[in-house]
Amino acid sequence: MQIGFNKKISAAPSGPRNLTALKKGETGILECIDMSDIDAQRLMELGFLPGHTVTRAHAAPGGDPRVFRVDGSEVALRRETAVHLILR
Amino acid sequence: MDNCHGPAAATLPPPETSGKQHVVAIVGPPNSGKSTLFNRLTGLRQKVANFPGVTVEHRMGRAKLGHLREIFVVDLPGVYSLQPRTEDERVTHDVLAGTMKGLPKPDAVMLILDSTNLSRHLSLAAPILSLGLPTLVILNMADDLHGRGGEVDAKELSKQLNTPVVLISASKGTGVEKVFEFLNSAPHYLPPKPPLLQLPVLQDVPKVRDWAANMSRRTNFRPPAPPLWTRRLDGVFLHPVIGPLVFLMVVVGVFQTIFAGARPMMDAVANAIQISGKWIEATMPDTALRSLIVNGVWSGVGAVIVFLPQILLLFLFIGILEDSGYLARAALIADRTMARIGLQGKSFIPLLSAYACAVPAIMATRTIENKRDRIATILIAPFMTCSARLPVYTLVIAAFIPEKPLLGPFFGTRAAALLGLYVLGFLAAIVTARLLKSTVLKSTRAPFILEMPPYRWPTVTSLVLRLIDRARVFLRRAGTVILAVAIILWVLANLPLHDGKAPEIGASIAGMIGHAVEPAIRPLGFNWKIGIGLITSLAAREVIVGTLGTIYGIEGTTQSMGLQAALRHDLTPGGAAALLVFFAFAMQCMSTVAVVRRETAGWRWPIIQFAYMTVFAYVFAFLANRIVSLWF
Repeated sequence: MQIGFNKKISAAPSGPRNLTALKKGETGILECIDMSDIDAQRLMELGFLPGHTVTRAHAAPGGDPRVFRVDGSEVALRRETAVHLILR
Repeated sequence: MDNCHGPAAATLPPPETSGKQHVVAIVGPPNSGKSTLFNRLTGLRQKVANFPGVTVEHRMGRAKLGHLREIFVVDLPGVYSLQPRTEDERVTHDVLAGTMKGLPKPDAVMLILDSTNLSRHLSLAAPILSLGLPTLVILNMADDLHGRGGEVDAKELSKQLNTPVVLISASKGTGVEKVFEFLNSAPHYLPPKPPLLQLPVLQDVPKVRDWAANMSRRTNFRPPAPPLWTRRLDGVFLHPVIGPLVFLMVVVGVFQTIFAGARPMMDAVANAIQISGKWIEATMPDTALRSLIVNGVWSGVGAVIVFLPQILLLFLFIGILEDSGYLARAALIADRTMARIGLQGKSFIPLLSAYACAVPAIMATRTIENKRDRIATILIAPFMTCSARLPVYTLVIAAFIPEKPLLGPFFGTRAAALLGLYVLGFLAAIVTARLLKSTVLKSTRAPFILEMPPYRWPTVTSLVLRLIDRARVFLRRAGTVILAVAIILWVLANLPLHDGKAPEIGASIAGMIGHAVEPAIRPLGFNWKIGIGLITSLAAREVIVGTLGTIYGIEGTTQSMGLQAALRHDLTPGGAAALLVFFAFAMQCMSTVAVVRRETAGWRWPIIQFAYMTVFAYVFAFLANRIVSLWF
């Protein structure tokens, strides 16, 4: 298991597993948010908290943005944001 | 004794009516039903206002209590915390801290939370309770919670938080009387006491969330089953194939409604204005005052009021889309396309609305929380081909472009020209958006976050209140800015007097101004008469048609010609092309300038926008004149 604190996370499959790896209906546990404090706090307030489960729900046509079920609500994130949410 | 809805009002002495007005603030996360409760409490006694210097708007209203007493209620922007990071959060924070200019510190706070998502929403209780203001915690959407098998013990939560808690359903109206009871207890609100579970460090989001989870656990909160209907509907609306089809149907429906559906009502309003104008003309003696009222006020203000049905229909649509929860899905579907021009999904509906009129479109940008995206959307909205441009386009196209079939009998040269103008406006919008988003409005790099609220039935009350509010804003502007412009234009067109009579248009002040601007517009192929038209059309684009009608009607050589023939007599084909291009790009609309000033809380953006669009229009009109003159 790899835990990402590396600052640069590419969308390449070699990077740590992030939210974009979840297929529809699949659930993962959030490890950390690799973003600035302000953005990370905002996402945490919406329920993206380390240790909590995230379930991938629907997506816009073309697969971006995607909707995630988290802490009792559904939130859509673009791919560019989702790659910074690292899964355990 | 613990009471779930605060001290009983009956046991208190009737509070003083004189003296200070009490202010109570409503705070809550987005989609918690704040506005619904606010509407329940205040009804029509409310207005929308902007805080000085910020673009965040708030609603202020008066809640009627017994004994002729009233209390001021402020509806603050929806927030998840009081960390002042965004403008919304800063405003909410400042108002509650009592540091917002123009608003006294609230006497109490009503914290409204979605009871179906209590564990998370309770996080906001921590910063609110730490403010030390008397607080009523309102758990909303009780019907939804119980309907899906959820449970919460409001009494126990009240004991744990050490502040009154009520369970209500703002949309159904159940339990709202308990909120009134709380308001009624002013000014004897219970001073706040610290909750049993010690408040966490507010900056630490996971700690706050743990506190909220503990709190909801202590109150036997049983979360409701997942919203089955929302999931079923999303299965359709966000289906990879059906979803976009539904989206297209909605878009076409909105388009059709604001164009065709509004037409009979707009005709009715136009007729009413014309008939009443004729009636005034017939009943009043032939004086300057009559001319001012009929030719100045009635035709000027009337030309704008005609758009009221269209605006109301559009807002009815947006209201239904927003309150039902579909707007978030539409934004999701449109996001990728909008992202290509540097904007986001939520810009889509306002820009679509701008095809009817930029004014309601700019008002509709309030659904965009990201301020830079919102301003970018406001700045490009007037490039969309609004319906006020149609009369001008139709006139010039009919005068200069002969009708020849291009693609079958239904698509000819004139339709192609009109479509070309629509595309031209759209392209200008895209170029401008890219320019803005790569320079001054470069995104704050804030991630695009879009919450998907559960689907709900829109309530008639909330839709009606919204329409009344929009109508009020629109009519107030028609009664002030537009009225003033109409009067000024009339005065300029009728002075100086010759032998006590209004002068010929060429000799009027307006005519002199037309002559004065002629050198500047000569390169575009326009003469002084078009110049007057350009100036009068500053009030509203279609006014140029009426102005040119008046000028050609008065002038000797063109008097006997129809408007189209007169225009052909006066303009070269290059000039006509330049006129079309100029109207496609220029911000010839005082209403739009006024609404941009209102929505951006200052003159900076409307001035920049006006200057940019005018220069843009001038340059391209010049090029159009030159290029077309090469061939014709």
